[in-house]
Amino acid sequence: MGAGHAHRLYRHGHSPVHGLPPHTKLAAVFAFVLVVVSTPREAMWTFGLYALLLACVAYAARVPAGFVLKRLLIEVPFVAFAVLMPFVAQGERVDVLGLSLSVNGLWGAWNVLAKGTLGVAASVLLASTTELRELLLGLQRLRLPPLLVQIASFMIRYGDVIADEMRRMKIARESRGFEARGVRSWGVLAKSAGALFIRSYERGERVHLAMVSRGYTGSMPVIDEVTASRAQWSYAFALPCAALVVCLLGWTL
Amino acid sequence: MTSPSPVPPRPAPSLEVAGLAFAYPDGHQALFGVDFSVGRGERVALLGPNGAGKTTLVLHLNGILTGGAGTVTVAGLPVGKKHMAEIRRKVGIVFQDPDDQLFMPSVREDVAFGPASAGLKGPELEARVRTALERVGMEAFADRPPHHLSFGQRRRVAVATVLAMEPEILVLDEPSSNLDPASRRELADILRSLDVTVLMVTHDLPYALELCPRALILSEGVIAADGRTGELLSDDELMREHRLELPFGFDPRSVTMGA
Amino acid sequence: MHVPDGFINAPVSVAAGVVAATAVAVSLRGARRELDERTAPLAGLVAAFIFAVQMLNFPVAAGTSGHLLGGALAAILVGPFTGVLCVSVVLLMQGILFADGGLTALGVNITVMAVVTTVVAYAVFRGLVKLLPRKRRSITVSAFVAAVISVPAAAVAFTLIYAVGGTTDVPIGQVFTAMVGVHVLIGIGEAAITALTVGSVIAVRPDLVYGARGLTTPLKLRVNGELVDTPAAGPAPAPVAARSHRKVWLAGLATSLVLAGFVSFYASANPDGLEKVASDKGIDSKVEDHAAADSPLADYGVEGLTDSRISGGLAGVIGVSVTIVAGTGVFWAVRRRRTPETSPSQTSSARLGKSL
Repeated sequence: MGAGHAHRLYRHGHSPVHGLPPHTKLAAVFAFVLVVVSTPREAMWTFGLYALLLACVAYAARVPAGFVLKRLLIEVPFVAFAVLMPFVAQGERVDVLGLSLSVNGLWGAWNVLAKGTLGVAASVLLASTTELRELLLGLQRLRLPPLLVQIASFMIRYGDVIADEMRRMKIARESRGFEARGVRSWGVLAKSAGALFIRSYERGERVHLAMVSRGYTGSMPVIDEVTASRAQWSYAFALPCAALVVCLLGWTL
Repeated sequence: MTSPSPVPPRPAPSLEVAGLAFAYPDGHQALFGVDFSVGRGERVALLGPNGAGKTTLVLHLNGILTGGAGTVTVAGLPVGKKHMAEIRRKVGIVFQDPDDQLFMPSVREDVAFGPASAGLKGPELEARVRTALERVGMEAFADRPPHHLSFGQRRRVAVATVLAMEPEILVLDEPSSNLDPASRRELADILRSLDVTVLMVTHDLPYALELCPRALILSEGVIAADGRTGELLSDDELMREHRLELPFGFDPRSVTMGA
Repeated sequence: MHVPDGFINAPVSVAAGVVAATAVAVSLRGARRELDERTAPLAGLVAAFIFAVQMLNFPVAAGTSGHLLGGALAAILVGPFTGVLCVSVVLLMQGILFADGGLTALGVNITVMAVVTTVVAYAVFRGLVKLLPRKRRSITVSAFVAAVISVPAAAVAFTLIYAVGGTTDVPIGQVFTAMVGVHVLIGIGEAAITALTVGSVIAVRPDLVYGARGLTTPLKLRVNGELVDTPAAGPAPAPVAARSHRKVWLAGLATSLVLAGFVSFYASANPDGLEKVASDKGIDSKVEDHAAADSPLADYGVEGLTDSRISGGLAGVIGVSVTIVAGTGVFWAVRRRRTPETSPSQTSSARLGKSL
C-alpha cells in the first residue's frame, strides 16, 4: 500500500466537501462515528437515517456510490464474524429457516454490522475527499503530538519507497527461480524482511543527515498552517449534529 | 564559459580545509590530513576512488562529523558548535539519493524546509521557494509529492531545496549518478547557470571536466593532486595511481573547454 | 484483529483510548530519550517498514497465507518505545486512510495490537536474553518465544476488553478459547518469521538490533601472543545493575509462563464444561431476567459477569499477569529516566513535542 496506494484512495475534486479544512473534517467524522456507536441498537431506523446522512455527504462530495461500496469490502472479515454471532451467542433462541439462532446474537450481529459499516463508510468518505498531506496537517491542527505527526508523515513519504524495494527484492528472488511455497520458504522471506529492515533503518539515518544539513534541530518548521472559519466548522459539523439529533431521538423513542 | 580563472586572485575563500584528520568510533581512520581551499564562485570537482574518504569529507563540511584534528572554515566562519546553524545554512549539501533528501510530502514543503528552519515565514518564504524552484526549472511541480517525479526531476528538486537556503557553497555528492543523458545535460545547464561556489564530488570524470575547471583528487585520505581538471585527467600515470579511469574512447585532450 | 466500530461499547472504547494515549505519550518521551532528534525519521522509516512487512504474505500451507503483525519484531529491533510508536502510527493511518479498524475503536486497537504485543514481547525478550547464555542463538530463541507469547497475549487483552465492553453476549469462555486458540497458531507463524528476521539482521548488522545491545563480546587484548580479557573498566556498571534484577526477572517470567500455560490448558480442555456449570446452576435463567431490563449498558455488564464467572475469572488472572508484565516493563523503562514523572497526558506530550 503506502503512499502510492493511499493516493488512489483520494478522488480529486472541487466539491464543497473537498474544500473544507482537513481538521474540521477529521473532527466531524470522529464525532459522527462516536454518535453512531452510542446509539442503541434496538432503534433500527436511526441507522437508516445515518446512512442517509452519509449518502447526502457523498452526494455533496460527488463521490459515486460504487466507489464507496467497493471500499466497504475492507470489512468482509467482520461480516464473517458477525454472521457467526447468532450461532454462538447465548440466551433466548428463535428458529429461522430451521436454524436455531440466538436472539441476542442476532442483535449483536446487527449492531456490529450496522455500526461497523457506517464507520467504514464515514472513513472512506474522509479519505476520498482529503489529500494525504492535508490529513497530516489536520491531525497536527487537532493537537496530535507533533512528533507523532512527523512519524506519520515520514511513514507516508517512505511507504512507497520501501514497498518498492520490497517489490524489487521479490522480483530478484523470483528471477532466480524462488517460489514462495509453504513453510520451507519462510527462511528466505524472513531474510528479505531483515534486509528490508536494514535498508529502511539506514535510509532513516541518511534522511536524518539530510534534515540536519538543512537546519533541523528536532522540531519541524511550520510551513503550512491550516485555519478554519466559524462557517466552515459549522458546515463540517452539520453531519455529526444531525446524527446527534437522530441518536437522541433513538434513545427517547 | 564564464567561470573565473582558478588561479589568482581569491578574496575570502568560500571553503578552507586545513589539516583535517578523522577516525570513526570503530577505529577506522578515513581522513589523514586534508588541505585545500575553494575560492568564491569557483567550481571544483573532488575526484577519488571508492573508499577514499569523499563522503566523510563532505560530512565534515557542515559539521555533521566533527571531533577529529584540523579545521574547516566556511566564508571565514570556523565550523563548530558555536556557529552550527549559520554553517548549515551556508553549506548546502545535495546528497546522492534524492529520495533521502526529499522527505516532505510535497515539493513546495520540501524546498521550504531549510529556510523555514532558519525562521523564514509567510510571503518571504513563498518567494524564496518560488525562486529556488525557478532556478532549476521545476516551478510547475511545486504541489506534487516528490515520489511522483522522475529521478532527474527529483535530483533537480533536491538542488532547489539547497538553493532555497541561499548557500555560500553548494556541495553535490555524485550529482550525475543514475541520470539519463538528457537529465544529465539539464542538470549541467542548471549548475552552470548558478552563481554559487560549487564543490562536486564525483566519479563521473567527463562530467567533472565539463563543469569544473579545477579538480582535486582525494586518495587514501589526503589530497593527492590539485590542478586544472583537463591536465589532471590527461596525466595517465596519476590517474592509474589513484584508480581513476576515463570511459572507453574518451580523451580529455580532445575536449576543448572554455576554462 | 482490527476491531471495527460498534464492536466495543462507547465507555470502554473511550477508556481504551485514554490507555492508548497514555502509552503513546510515554513512548514519545521514551523514544525521544533513545533516539533524540533522530526519532522522527527513524521511527517513521521503521513504521513504513512495518507497514510494508504487513503486506508480505507468508505461505502457510494448502494455499493459505498469513502475514506478520510486527509488534514483536518492532519491539526487538527498535526497542519498546519506538516499537509502540511505529505500530500505533501504522494503526492510526490504517484507520484513517483505509478504514481498517474503526475510528472509535482506535484506542482498543492501539492498546491491544501496539501496546500489549510490543510491551509483552519486549519484556519476555529481555527476560530471556538475560537468562540465556550471551550468544546470538539466544537472541533468536528469545525472539521466537517473545513473539509466540505476544500474539496470544494480545488476544487475551482483547478478550478482557470484550468482557468489559463487548456489545454481544457471546460467552467470554468461548471468546477466550477461540481468540487464544487461533492466535496461538498465528503466534507460531509470527514467531518463526520474527525469529528468522531478527536472526538475519543480527548476522549482518548486530548493532541495529536494539534488544541485543550490550551483547557485544568483551574486548580482548593480545598479551605475549595470547588473547586475554580486558580488565573490567568501561562497561562494568550496566551488567552489575542488570544482575541484581536477574532473580526478579526469573521469578516473574516463570510465574507468568506457568500461569499462562496452566490457564490456557484448563480453558481449552474444558470450555464446554464451564458453560455447562453455568447453565446447570441456573445462571442462565437469571441472565434472561436481567436482559429483559432495557438498558443496554447494564445488560452486557451483568451477563458478561454471571454467564461465565469462572472462565471470566481465569481470563482475568491471565490478564492480570499480562498487565503486571506490561506494567513492570513500563515502570522499569520509565524509572530509568532521571527526570521526575509528571502525569503523561495528551496535552503534556504535545507540549513536550513543541518544546523539544
